[in-house]
Amino acid sequence: MKTEQKNKFSLKLRPSYEKWMDKGFKNITTVMAATVAAVLITILVVVFFESREAINQYGINFIVTSDWDPINNKYGAFTAIYGTIVSSLAALIIAIPLGLGTAIFITEDFFPEKIRFVIGLMVELLAAIPSVVLGLWAIFVMEPFIRPFFNILHNYFGWLPLFSSEAVGPGLAPAIIILSIMILPIITSIARDSIEQVPSKLKEAAYGIGATRWCAIIYITIPAAISGITGGILLALGRAMGETMAVTMIIGNSNQFSLSLFSPGYTISSLLANQFGEADSIQVSSLMYAALILMIMTLIVNVMAQWLVKKLSLKY
Amino acid sequence: MANKTKLSLQNVSISYNEQVAVKNVYLKIASGKVTSLIGPSGCGKSTILRSINRMNELIPNCKLTGRILYDGQDIYDPKIDPVEVRRRIGMVFQQPNPFPKSIYENIAFGARVNGYTGNMDELVENSLKKAAVWEDCKDKLKESGYSLSGGQQQRLCIARTIAIEPDVILMDEPCSALDPISTLKIEETIHQLKKSFTIIIVTHNMQQALRVSDFTAFFNAEPTQDKLGGKIGYLVEVNSTDKIFKNPLQKETKDYISGKFG
Amino acid sequence: MNNKSYENISSQLLFNSRGKRNISNRLLTLVAGTFAVISITPLILLIAYVLIKGGSQINLDLLILEPQPPGAGVNSAGGIGNAIIGTIIITIIASLISIPIGIGAGVYLAEYSKNGSFSKAIRFGTNVLSGIPSIIAGIVIYALIVVTKVIFGSTFSGIAGGMALSIIMLPIIIKTTDEGLKLVSDDLRRGALAIGASMYTTIMRITLPHAFKSISTGIVLGVARASGETAPLIFTALFSYYHISTFQDIFYEMSSLSVLIYNFALEPYKEQNELAWAASFILVILVLILNLISRLIGNTKPS
Repeated sequence: MKTEQKNKFSLKLRPSYEKWMDKGFKNITTVMAATVAAVLITILVVVFFESREAINQYGINFIVTSDWDPINNKYGAFTAIYGTIVSSLAALIIAIPLGLGTAIFITEDFFPEKIRFVIGLMVELLAAIPSVVLGLWAIFVMEPFIRPFFNILHNYFGWLPLFSSEAVGPGLAPAIIILSIMILPIITSIARDSIEQVPSKLKEAAYGIGATRWCAIIYITIPAAISGITGGILLALGRAMGETMAVTMIIGNSNQFSLSLFSPGYTISSLLANQFGEADSIQVSSLMYAALILMIMTLIVNVMAQWLVKKLSLKY
Repeated sequence: MANKTKLSLQNVSISYNEQVAVKNVYLKIASGKVTSLIGPSGCGKSTILRSINRMNELIPNCKLTGRILYDGQDIYDPKIDPVEVRRRIGMVFQQPNPFPKSIYENIAFGARVNGYTGNMDELVENSLKKAAVWEDCKDKLKESGYSLSGGQQQRLCIARTIAIEPDVILMDEPCSALDPISTLKIEETIHQLKKSFTIIIVTHNMQQALRVSDFTAFFNAEPTQDKLGGKIGYLVEVNSTDKIFKNPLQKETKDYISGKFG
Repeated sequence: MNNKSYENISSQLLFNSRGKRNISNRLLTLVAGTFAVISITPLILLIAYVLIKGGSQINLDLLILEPQPPGAGVNSAGGIGNAIIGTIIITIIASLISIPIGIGAGVYLAEYSKNGSFSKAIRFGTNVLSGIPSIIAGIVIYALIVVTKVIFGSTFSGIAGGMALSIIMLPIIIKTTDEGLKLVSDDLRRGALAIGASMYTTIMRITLPHAFKSISTGIVLGVARASGETAPLIFTALFSYYHISTFQDIFYEMSSLSVLIYNFALEPYKEQNELAWAASFILVILVLILNLISRLIGNTKPS
């Protein structure tokens, strides 16, 4: 019987090494997946652990004061926190209409598809340009070009605290411009994807009852795509808050607090990039404390982005 | 035929990407009647329907020659605003496509777009009643249009179209995605609606054409000369539904009606 | 029953170009078009500037030589040869770490996990990790590797830089692997399992090859992203003015194009500034080519 079967049909039991490999492969991939959690936890633990000394020493004062005095060992990150929030929100205010407008423009048939494809491609390639190259461009090309316009603002609206100082070089305002350029592609491409996912039958329905093109866009397409658009905006905000190189190169790196957008300032990430190399002891700890604050801020924004996308997503 | 003509298609040919889809259609649609367009798939009946309120313009590279007269006015005249045309010639689609909004807003949206200033609650109720879906959704007007069943959704879409008080309603196989009971209800709705509107309905269901329409136009398709496997649609004949089904003039029509092809 | 009057229809249907609705429609179209033009202007200006200012300097010496320290008094600032090599080496190190882990984690998420709390946590963690500012990756590796000298006693090194970059690449690769595998039809999986293939064989022979396109797109995008990153490198790989000569040199400070641009952009010397532009040219070309490659892979039809 046994030999008969062997001849007819070479069905045999799986060799043990194969079972071992099957199981081993699963275990390896599980470990690799767990690595993500390990990396994330390590980052949190390291930053928290390293910043303990500064947290104990300065506590909440660190957030509300602006000293950065290595001689007397007094550190406060208010200017950097303010700069992070103001620069990223201002960049968002510039980039949202531009990004959304571009997304609508390349999803509607105003122009032949080829032209729209090229515009979309260019916006996406903008996202690929390394931050440090944008910083270089900002220093030597963008900022000198835009400075006269800032000074026009200063001349006419100088009574506003935001424009109260003369623009003489690097500062918050050029950093805001470069940040808005950097987050524009994120908003555009996510908004475009969400708009393209809106079923065309909804648009047809709107046209079918006599809606104009923009009526359909504003009242049907955008509301249907709003979850993705909001998520994209929040992701862009998170990106803007953490962006380092271009900002460091153009923001002026000053811990002197000023309300004026044309004065030099700091963001947390530029503070880190600028100071970390020469820091020791309590200053390192203070920088880690600032990093912890930055991480918590971006974490909140990113979690909110994910939560909103889930909550707002509509069924079609 | 003593009926007043609402729409008149004169030598209409439509092509997509230089490929002719339907050619040389002459068709008159009687005012206040239901006209059904029937024929095998690919005969261009939906294409013709969509051209009547210029919805085909949303498809890139779609070209139309000939004239479509609406109350004597050529709606493809360059001076004509397609949006105005669509406000008078509403459309119900093959798939129910309510907006991702509440049932109430689904009706109110179109009315508002069209500058309606009257009592919105009243309009919503009347439209839903006329579309025979009021009983199903009067208690959940604030809920999403997607909470309704497929048949109810389609009647919601009809109500949405009625709410803008069009002159003509185009229906593109409105029952093809629905079950038989929902289909029956939509047909009853059509019977109610023809008192107030001129209706043109595309259907692949001959029994439905027989049940709902006063006039029937039969379209057929012939293969193109090239080897691409394309089809060109054309109008075979149009007459009162009774005549088309009992005593058609053309042999093609007779073959199709008796189920020899299609 | 119809309140509207349909008398005089021809005049009502006319396109009224002065109508409020049509004016606002055209206005909005104009605004969207203007925004689109504004959105692509920076890219055009930047690329034009980098190509002209950086491209004009490219010659063989520049591509091979080492850079001169600022203020060294020589007429030429030297070249960017060691930075090009450094960028390549650091990116390779980062890829060697992140690609296997990333694909493994993606395979686990798409093939083995049953959407339980563990896999939900990993997916969430991947998204959080991709949102962490890149400078944080740099300072964490600094604290963990550079200060502690755990890697053969070396402090700032190409290895440390590669590790910091791998943190940036990891979530990109996990996401594209996960999404690519999820697109593979379940019928294929069932078909393979039904003829008695093990999970390992099914994944290796059927699903992974089918998702090859999207996974390689993700890898190329990850490499493009990593090769342009600066913030994770300034406290880990630091910078070096010299070419590497032996394998051991990866345990020492290593130059990279991005850090060279950062360092030399802020120098007051014109020669160094120009070297930064030349390095930008190489970096932008490299990154754009990688992006176009990923697009080409994405657009090829599966055989």
